[in-house]
Amino acid sequence: MADNTGNGQKTNGLPRIGFYICHCGSNIAGIIDVVAVAKFAETLPGVVVSREYKYMCSDPGQELIAQDIKEHKLERIVVASCSPNLHEETFRKAAQKGGLNPFYFQMVNIREHASWVHENKAAATLKAKDLCRAAIYRVRLHKALEKRRVPVNPDVLVVGGGIAGIHAALTLANAGKKVTLVEREATIGGHMAMFDKTFPTLDCAACILTPKMSAVKSHPNITLWTYSEVEKVDGYVGSYEVTVKRKPRYIKEDLCVGCMECIEACVFKEAKVPDAFNQGLSKRRPIYIDFPQATPKVVVIDPATCINVKTGKCKKTCVEACDRDAIDFTQKEEKVQLKVGTIVLATGFKPFDPKKSPHYGYGKYPGVFTALEIERLVNASGPTSGEVLTRDGRHPKAVGIIHCVGSRDEKTNKWCSRVCCMYSLKLAHLIKEHSGAEVYNFYIDMRAPGKAYEEFYEKLLSEGVHFIRGRVAEVTDWAMTKEEEGKLVLRVEDTLAGFVRRVPVDMVVLATGLVPQSDAGDVRRVFNIGCGKEGFFQERHPKLAPVNTFTDGVFIAGACQAPKDIPDTVAQAGAAAAEALALVDAGFVELEPNTSYVLEEECCGCKNCIPLCPYTAISFDETKKKADINEVLCKGCGVCAAACPSGSIVQNLFEDAEIYSEIEGVLAR
Amino acid sequence: MSEKPKVAFYWCAACGGCDEAVVDLAEGILDVVAAVDIVLWPVAMDFKKADIEARPDKSILVSFINGSIRSSEQVEWVRLLRKKSQLVISFGTCAGGGGIPALANEFSREEILKYVYETCPSNVNESKVRPGPTPVAHNGDGSALTLPELHEQVRSLDQVVAVDYYLPGCPPTPKIIAAAVGALLSGKMPPPGTVLSPDKALCDECRRKDSKPADLSLAEFKRPHQMHIDPEKCLLAQGLLCMGGSTRSGCEALCPEGNMPCTGCFGPTSRVRDKGAKVVSAILSNIAADEPEAIDKILDTFPDPVGTLYRYGFSKAMLRRKQDD
Ligand SMILES: Cc1cc2nc3c(=O)[nH]c(=O)nc-3n(C[C@H](O)[C@H](O)[C@H](O)COP(=O)(O)OP(=O)(O)OC[C@H]3O[C@@H](n4cnc5c(N)ncnc54)[C@H](O)[C@@H]3O)c2cc1C
Ligand code: SF4
Ligand code: SF4
Repeated sequence: MADNTGNGQKTNGLPRIGFYICHCGSNIAGIIDVVAVAKFAETLPGVVVSREYKYMCSDPGQELIAQDIKEHKLERIVVASCSPNLHEETFRKAAQKGGLNPFYFQMVNIREHASWVHENKAAATLKAKDLCRAAIYRVRLHKALEKRRVPVNPDVLVVGGGIAGIHAALTLANAGKKVTLVEREATIGGHMAMFDKTFPTLDCAACILTPKMSAVKSHPNITLWTYSEVEKVDGYVGSYEVTVKRKPRYIKEDLCVGCMECIEACVFKEAKVPDAFNQGLSKRRPIYIDFPQATPKVVVIDPATCINVKTGKCKKTCVEACDRDAIDFTQKEEKVQLKVGTIVLATGFKPFDPKKSPHYGYGKYPGVFTALEIERLVNASGPTSGEVLTRDGRHPKAVGIIHCVGSRDEKTNKWCSRVCCMYSLKLAHLIKEHSGAEVYNFYIDMRAPGKAYEEFYEKLLSEGVHFIRGRVAEVTDWAMTKEEEGKLVLRVEDTLAGFVRRVPVDMVVLATGLVPQSDAGDVRRVFNIGCGKEGFFQERHPKLAPVNTFTDGVFIAGACQAPKDIPDTVAQAGAAAAEALALVDAGFVELEPNTSYVLEEECCGCKNCIPLCPYTAISFDETKKKADINEVLCKGCGVCAAACPSGSIVQNLFEDAEIYSEIEGVLAR
Repeated sequence: MSEKPKVAFYWCAACGGCDEAVVDLAEGILDVVAAVDIVLWPVAMDFKKADIEARPDKSILVSFINGSIRSSEQVEWVRLLRKKSQLVISFGTCAGGGGIPALANEFSREEILKYVYETCPSNVNESKVRPGPTPVAHNGDGSALTLPELHEQVRSLDQVVAVDYYLPGCPPTPKIIAAAVGALLSGKMPPPGTVLSPDKALCDECRRKDSKPADLSLAEFKRPHQMHIDPEKCLLAQGLLCMGGSTRSGCEALCPEGNMPCTGCFGPTSRVRDKGAKVVSAILSNIAADEPEAIDKILDTFPDPVGTLYRYGFSKAMLRRKQDD
């Protein structure tokens, strides 16, 4: 450690600055000459201490700052190291420990912005000097700021009642928090409720899921609102005001016991409506229940097909049949207001639409199914009571499962959907078990990276399932040989054997990938969070803040964040619940002071800023004729400060003078 | 009688409107004239450079200098006045920010000289004489007559000499001139460097302000001659590029009162470093469209961007002048 201290430099009335450059092991020092940068910084006006050190973030590194502040009467601190995302808080605390306001600090990212992205050592060192000079110029103008504290409402909103939402809601409720779970469909359960078994353990999905579903229903701390959607979210971390739209199900939920007498009594003697829960493989009546363990166990009337809802002219045999008077055609859509402090989003995924890969013949050949359809077929409570049958009722003798449909594909989605290999193995096992058919799995790579997953693959290998490595080119009914007649033929290059195969089968299963919900974009806007370019919700940090979002107090869990299996979903849901709990139990949140404020005297009342704030933090005071920023709502995006035509909005930490001095610093070479 | 404070008026690259504004003080001018000795005022009185040179340094209380600085002669004059004066007041928007002449900074000096002295159709200049150190003729006494040299840049006054106060406007209005002169004579001047008009934007004193909607959602920019202008409604809301929100007040909204949009002659407030950039972020954030093509279509209707955004302050813009290659 070479110190360049005590050079007796006069600060000429400038604040006394301590400058520290971190080696970050060899991450920074391997490319940047840190000694040279420290020597250089020492020559800049105001710098009274300039040091380089192996790991500034370590305890001794932080201690160094705190010590120097006391010893050298430092008034400003600059640390050149990694990203502020990682250690800004660390060094602010170190400054505070030394007795300085933590905002008299500026961080320079010479790792991500210099050493990691450059190879030329001299040039990278020069760039590091420029960046450090900019910070040193800027930090002189910093002002002492205070973090703000706002109380956190302990109630939590969970959106989406798949396994993620269920698990998060239960965890929170068990911790004594009041939870409202809002689910769009008539029942909770999500995709998992559709499965027969789950990989890799092959335990019965219903057996493990339904107890959790009924626990949600009966939990004293959980309010379950199904058939409902969140329409609007106002407010900020700690106090969100949520508007929920509750669609009429024409059933009084508290009266219905789910006896289903009404369903039998419906004037539709035959079920005519494709049953969405069964992927359209069976039909239901306008009054229905998704599955026997639906939660709440309450029927629902589909307004699109119910004659009474549509025309008001029906004998209403269902009403007669209900001895509890639970059917209520007067129900109207309701808007309910809710106040919560934190929100967990668990809106899940939607399966890839196989029609987007027309070469696999979905919708063209009746023998082509999606994986979810097969999940229903192999399910004992599904449309065929667990029998694997083609649409025309035949028992397939050979079944081909095509992996990666809508995944790992330049033409559709590039990402790996993570669960398709595994559920394809599961379905191969179940199909074989239920039908005795020969099963062929066509895969690109077998991805089995979870606990006991590879073992599950091994098991399948030993069960006589055929595995062919190659992306299927097409599914066709064009027979080239006698054996192929009446069959669906999968054309594939077997990349292990090195030739093109034609495999005739009776049933094709498309392992469709996981894609964002169709309305993920709208949901994202309602909750004011981001999403990646593929449309899944964006976590704050891929490694270190995987369930946080860029909106404080809004957490994400499950497949809405990215494709994942049930174990990961549940783990993430637990994490999201824990993050929410941490906020709730702290009782208050500290907000960054980088907010904007209106210079009241100077504001001309032009209202230019009012509509621009993405967080609706700005209102117009009609008596004063001035704009006013709600400091708690302000996220410090700076839009208003940039847009105020008379420069009458100032953003803390990003004052014009600070930014200009930084620019001057970077250009001063 | 020469106890009275001495005052100079001078003009550089200017249209004469600023001097006219002094006359516009009407009978107020008489009070001024009674209170001071005018030692220089080219537009109205016959003093020569030698008269000023002969004066002791700092013997003039205040020089009001209007016009931007773009020639060697103007530089000589303003340096001389600076030396002889206790205070220099930048008078009008040309001295303050370059004014209309500074729009010449959009072109290189060579382009300007070539056009004005050679290719302009109304010119006859066979010997291609241009202003500069090369003699163009001889004085009666046989000495060489040269024309002042045109500078590379059109500059504001404070880019050449130190300025104590600024009177904004094209030209400054009688009200703010009178207020400044009053403060001067009573010795109640604000801190040096101050612009002598309110540091608040014009919307503040505009009668139409209440009719400005919060959300402008501009779908098209219009020019005044293309439309019937509603005399009551906010001009921006009518699609006119009114600069009121980004321009200092003090003029009492003269232009909006006359049913014309503010063009920004009082310059930006003290908090704005680059007016054009500011207006871009302020007004363009109110564009109704979201898609790039639709945005471009609206932007295509934005009249004369540099001339609109920097009409009076191009010398102070962060954009630099186009240079000769
Ligand atoms: C065919 C197939 C088989 C699979 N098999 C297995 C397996 O065997 N083992 C395994 O570990 N994983 C399996 N998976 C993965 C598993 O489905 C997911 O890990 C799991 O469903 C993710 O749960 P989730 O709660 O995040 O999402 P989802 O199950 O999609 O649940 C989301 C819930 O949110 C609701 N919702 C959506 N939008 C809104 C809104 N705006 N407002 C209110 N509610 C909303 C939905 O209605 C739904 O109830 C399989 C996936 C597929 C496609
Ligand atoms: S800085 Fe951003 S968040 Fe804060 S008030 Fe301005 S526009 Fe809104
Ligand atoms: S944009 Fe600026 S001047 Fe206009 S209302 Fe907002 S703060 Fe006031």
